[in-house]
Amino acid sequence: MKKELVSPTNINVMVSKLSDILVKALDAPLGYAINWGRVWSLWPVHLETACCSVEFGAASGPRYDVERFGIIEAFGSLRQCDLIVVQGTVTRKMAPRLRMVYDQMPEPKYVIAMGACAITGGLYIDSYNVLPGVDGIVPVDVYVPGCPPRPETLIQGTMLLQEKIKRSKIK
Amino acid sequence: MTSLEDKFEESKKLGLQIVRETEDDRLMTLSVGPQHPGSGHFRFTIKVDGDYIVYCDPDPGYVHRGEEKMCEYRNVIQNIPHLERPVIHDSNNITYSYSLAIEELVGIEVPRRGQYIRALASELNRQVYTLYWLAIYGIFLGHSTMFMWPTGDRELFIDLLEALTGARVTHAFNIPGGVRNDIPDGFKDRCVRQVRYFQKRLKEYEDIFYNMPLFRQRTEGVAVLSKEDAVKLGVAGSVVRASGIPYDIRKAEPYDIYNEIDFKVQYMKTGDCFARSYVPFLDMKESCYIIEQLLDKMPQSGEVRAKLQPNPKGPPGEAYRRVESGRGALGYYVVSDGTPKPYRVKISVGSFRNMLALPYLLVGQKLADMPAVYWSLNYWPVEADR
Amino acid sequence: MSTNKDEPEKPAASSPPIPSAAKPPAPAAKPPAPAAAKPASGAQPPKKEPEAPPFEKGLVEEIKKKFGESIKVVFIKPLRIKIQVEPNSIVEVATFLRDSMGFDHAESVGGTDYPKDGQIEVIYHLGSYTREDLGAHILSLTARTSRDDARLPTLINVYKSVEYHERETFEMLGVYFEGHPRNDRFLLPEDWADIPPLRKDFRIKGR
Repeated sequence: MKKELVSPTNINVMVSKLSDILVKALDAPLGYAINWGRVWSLWPVHLETACCSVEFGAASGPRYDVERFGIIEAFGSLRQCDLIVVQGTVTRKMAPRLRMVYDQMPEPKYVIAMGACAITGGLYIDSYNVLPGVDGIVPVDVYVPGCPPRPETLIQGTMLLQEKIKRSKIK
Repeated sequence: MTSLEDKFEESKKLGLQIVRETEDDRLMTLSVGPQHPGSGHFRFTIKVDGDYIVYCDPDPGYVHRGEEKMCEYRNVIQNIPHLERPVIHDSNNITYSYSLAIEELVGIEVPRRGQYIRALASELNRQVYTLYWLAIYGIFLGHSTMFMWPTGDRELFIDLLEALTGARVTHAFNIPGGVRNDIPDGFKDRCVRQVRYFQKRLKEYEDIFYNMPLFRQRTEGVAVLSKEDAVKLGVAGSVVRASGIPYDIRKAEPYDIYNEIDFKVQYMKTGDCFARSYVPFLDMKESCYIIEQLLDKMPQSGEVRAKLQPNPKGPPGEAYRRVESGRGALGYYVVSDGTPKPYRVKISVGSFRNMLALPYLLVGQKLADMPAVYWSLNYWPVEADR
Repeated sequence: MSTNKDEPEKPAASSPPIPSAAKPPAPAAKPPAPAAAKPASGAQPPKKEPEAPPFEKGLVEEIKKKFGESIKVVFIKPLRIKIQVEPNSIVEVATFLRDSMGFDHAESVGGTDYPKDGQIEVIYHLGSYTREDLGAHILSLTARTSRDDARLPTLINVYKSVEYHERETFEMLGVYFEGHPRNDRFLLPEDWADIPPLRKDFRIKGR
């Protein structure tokens, strides 16, 4: 009887139930703190897929200055990044690379689809080499429309993402 | 003093295995891009022997969107918005030569005021492009101020263009027959004020960036492209001008009103990285004078756009027209079969031609010089892929 | 560091149509007309019949003196010349153009598919950096090859600058350049398995 109780399966169940209780107990205070940390240090990957990168560059410039909103300039290794901004058209040659980059990023990770091309294919919907949106490649959190989106729109999109992170449960 | 052979014998006795180093082991293959702070939308494979690059193979096509095929499915006016996407920060120039080619095919004469406004928009856009290029060049070389200053000043030119065309970067302003709309009230004063301010700023750029000993050390004498090789490789724009060939389409084949404008072709003779990065800067300076002249000589009133049919079409034929864009000669080869849709459009861009110089220049350089060499080629990958 | 050479002056002075007494070669140049290969509307021959500008005509005469009638002059317009050669003589003509005429680099290489004729036209736009009076001129050197077995000799040994352009033409139009070191993928994805996209029988889906 006793031996059955302490079998590995039971212990696993017990631990997971305990952790559920713990998470539920801690989610409110601790989750808020953890999410708060995530919100203000979003590191984007430096992966430019098309021409929207010009506006992304302008957004990091002194006039728009996305750093105010907790997005750091995109110059770093992708192993320390948690945000990927798909900057425009994704072609068939770029798509596997985009997925590879996404897979290499550590959890948690977020995706912003920037520009009409990244959302639906946009102007290039009938081109033979362009994907109709990136949803099939990576899970998108926020869509930022425009062709290209103005930097203000991109900033609004990132603020929406921050709202989303704040409300999400910690994993 | 044991020789290498003795060591092998010894190791065999001990049951160890020493592997001889072959040529292939010494070389390391690096894939630069497309996820790389330096490469942009572009990938190239390099092989390094120690610190030296011994092989380079560009692999473009990450933004190949089939512009040339798409052109065959749209009429000449519908083509404009997607044709400017390859270089959205130089969009007036990339549609300029397209408009010239279509005008030649259809047989339209652009009103004089329209020609001036076109040239004005083109010059303003050249500043926008070159400032962005300079900003990226600065951050490539670790000079953060040189990222912030040009990006900030670029916004001022973008404001001007926004007042003129209504859009931040994608203007769709140059169209066959002229420009979309007239210049707004008070634009001339704003423009003159901005140019005056910018000329002062250019001096500061020169002080903090081009005259900085660190920058000079990193670029002077690096990756020299001689005059003969520049001709042989057929490079374009600032790269060929840096190698001592004063070739500028605005002078060589003046389009629209450029033969009425007094300016000098800026060129240097050294052909190294410094010259290649300094010539676009000199172009910006010269462009300021051109803008002032354009504003002075512009006719005060008149049409800005010739009347077109709804679906402009001309007799069967072909045209090849080029303009000087921020990256060099930008040509359109348009074949028409008499229908409103072009039969074939070939875009000949400076970036694609400059890409040929990349393996040529990188081989023999140190790995640390790679960003300086790469971006000095005035290369914009999206445009090269089309 | 800068000069203000008046290089455009010479061609500009020579390009306005001075009424030349020479025999008009332009009508003789009309019939080959691969540009007017489409029977859509050949309506305006009388209207677009300006005199061929003398400078460009001189250039064409020079080429014709060397190669005789084996080259076809498609058109002579101000600053633009288009000649068509046989595929087997293209290297020879290009070498002559480079060495004796001063067209020292290729600006672009493109191709046009003409399914009605069953041919593909490959066009080299040649320009000059070294000769100042040719700065504004573009000589279009074209050759036609059959669509089914599209092959042309490469010009890479004459013009180094065509290397990537020819690779692009190979994958966009399926023209195999004999002697080119790398006829392989360039811009398209590695797994591209369709026909070359710029051929006319390649249709975009849904259009």
